[in-house]
Amino acid sequence: MSFLAIQTIYIYEMRRFLRTLFQSFFSPIILTSLYFIVFGAAIGSKINTVDGVSYGAFIVPGLIMLNVMNESTSNASFGIFMPKFEGTIYEILSAPISFYEIVLGYVGAAATKSIIIGLVVLGTAYLFVELPIAHPGIMLFFLLMTCISFSLLGFIIGILSKNWEQLQVMPLLVITPLVFLGGSFYSISMLPPVWQYITMFNPVVYLISGFRWSFFGISDVPIFISLVAIIFFTAGCVMIIWWIFKTGFRIKQ
Amino acid sequence: MTENLKIAVSVSGLSKTYNNGLIALNDISLDIMKGEILALLGSNGAGKTTLISIICGIVNPTYGVVKVGGYNVIYQYRDARRLVGLVPQELSLESFETVFDTIKFSRGLFGKPRDNCYLERTLRQLSLWDKRNTPVLELSGGMKRRVLIAKALSHEPRVLFLDEPTAGVDVQLRKDMWKIVRCLRETGVTVILTTHYIEEAELIADRIGVIDKGKLLLLDDKSVLMKKMGKKELQIDLQVPIDVIPNSILKYNIKLTDDHESLIYTYEKNSDRLGISKLLGDLAAAGVILKDVSTRQTSLEEIFVDLVGEKK
Ligand SMILES: Nc1ncnc2c1ncn2[C@@H]1O[C@H](COP(=O)(O)OP(=O)(O)O)[C@@H](O)[C@H]1O
Ligand SMILES: [Mg+2]
Repeated sequence: MSFLAIQTIYIYEMRRFLRTLFQSFFSPIILTSLYFIVFGAAIGSKINTVDGVSYGAFIVPGLIMLNVMNESTSNASFGIFMPKFEGTIYEILSAPISFYEIVLGYVGAAATKSIIIGLVVLGTAYLFVELPIAHPGIMLFFLLMTCISFSLLGFIIGILSKNWEQLQVMPLLVITPLVFLGGSFYSISMLPPVWQYITMFNPVVYLISGFRWSFFGISDVPIFISLVAIIFFTAGCVMIIWWIFKTGFRIKQ
Repeated sequence: MTENLKIAVSVSGLSKTYNNGLIALNDISLDIMKGEILALLGSNGAGKTTLISIICGIVNPTYGVVKVGGYNVIYQYRDARRLVGLVPQELSLESFETVFDTIKFSRGLFGKPRDNCYLERTLRQLSLWDKRNTPVLELSGGMKRRVLIAKALSHEPRVLFLDEPTAGVDVQLRKDMWKIVRCLRETGVTVILTTHYIEEAELIADRIGVIDKGKLLLLDDKSVLMKKMGKKELQIDLQVPIDVIPNSILKYNIKLTDDHESLIYTYEKNSDRLGISKLLGDLAAAGVILKDVSTRQTSLEEIFVDLVGEKK
């Protein structure tokens, strides 16, 4: 294992992040504030509490997840798509490193960025609502695992994408709907029974539910299942990436 | 065993069929010696880039074994790739990075500890030091080529591949490049370059390999090959057509064209030029009046036809 190579990729990617630091923080902060104004103030005044938690606070875990999942996928997919697009991937492929060094570098950097953004969103939320965190350890674990697994997913998207359209459409078409329909802004128990059943096929439900449990001690699905789900999801992404590098699919003829 | 230690790259029975069914390499075998400069000569689509890409680990072989420094490029890829530097044919670079950052990245990627002195020397050698803080995006094509070379040298490779390094490159860079290549050879670095110009191979290489349609037609010392390949023709147009070649010039390797209006003299490029002046003198003595003379180098295509013909 070449730590130097991992470090090199990681620093390279983080510097790209630092160059665009302002945009990186600006848009999540603005978006979060808008969500609070629209959902928290406008809708919250009608809903009051969900499962005993004020609506404004209730949506915070979902908001963090929404930001973190979007940032992870877009950062990681862009990070590996760029070398493919510019042709500089020749250097990565010819370097004396294996796929996991490449993945650790790119995914590590993307996950770091989204963790920072997740914490920034959390900080922004404190400006608007009072927010207890019942299980800080579990909260951080979920945040970390979500950042890692969605960065892995983004890495896969970046490798599979043949052009800029595909790179942008995948997150928009798959991840955003899953997050919105995954109970970011409502409790699953508020849905009609049929939808409650269908929703259970959405992996994001388990992540948001578990994450919310770490704040309020309430959840749509048992916390144990959420923990298993996030670990399975991460393992699944790792396996796909392993297969991609083993077969050279879309990166090596 | 001692023989093996002298081999930098060994390729045996290498074939490559791309996913679309195209056979890019067809049973190639060759040994590249440590410290030599090998030129791979071949026209577009011959398979030069494919061969290099397989040795460097960018393309998977279909059949065959490739070793660099004795390490199998598939099973011992870490050891093998550490030895190799590649300057690709295309100008593929990270546009937004500065020159210095981009070569620092290359060095780190290959697992070499930071050594800014070495990187500075490399940049100076390539006249890039003044541009070290310029984003790659703002460089001209020739400068980008220099950056690619710097990237390949940044991790101190023992085997350097230059894939068509002179395509679209100005005279100065060409000179600089050959200077660097010769310097590298002095430190024992093996250099493999591809080109489709015979002159270039002749100028720089110790040995020359000729590839056509995925096959290695031959591989030999430059001096041996230039005898076979470096033929030139002198065409002498006559003022007055003649029926037969005068006796006094029959001793030259000369032919009369079918229309009897020109003489074609074939000679070796590297032989001394006295042959031509003697011939012209003898022609004048024989009373043959010249209208015009022109020379022409045999093209790569003609050489291929020659070589393939010879093999049959
Ligand atoms: N990725 C690819 N997929 C399919 N065919 C390819 C690919 N790359 C190269 N080829 C084909 O393989 C042959 C050899 O190409 P290449 O190795 O680039 O030749 P050269 O470098 O000698 O010009 C060409 O016919 C080319 O079209
Ligand atoms: Mg080529």
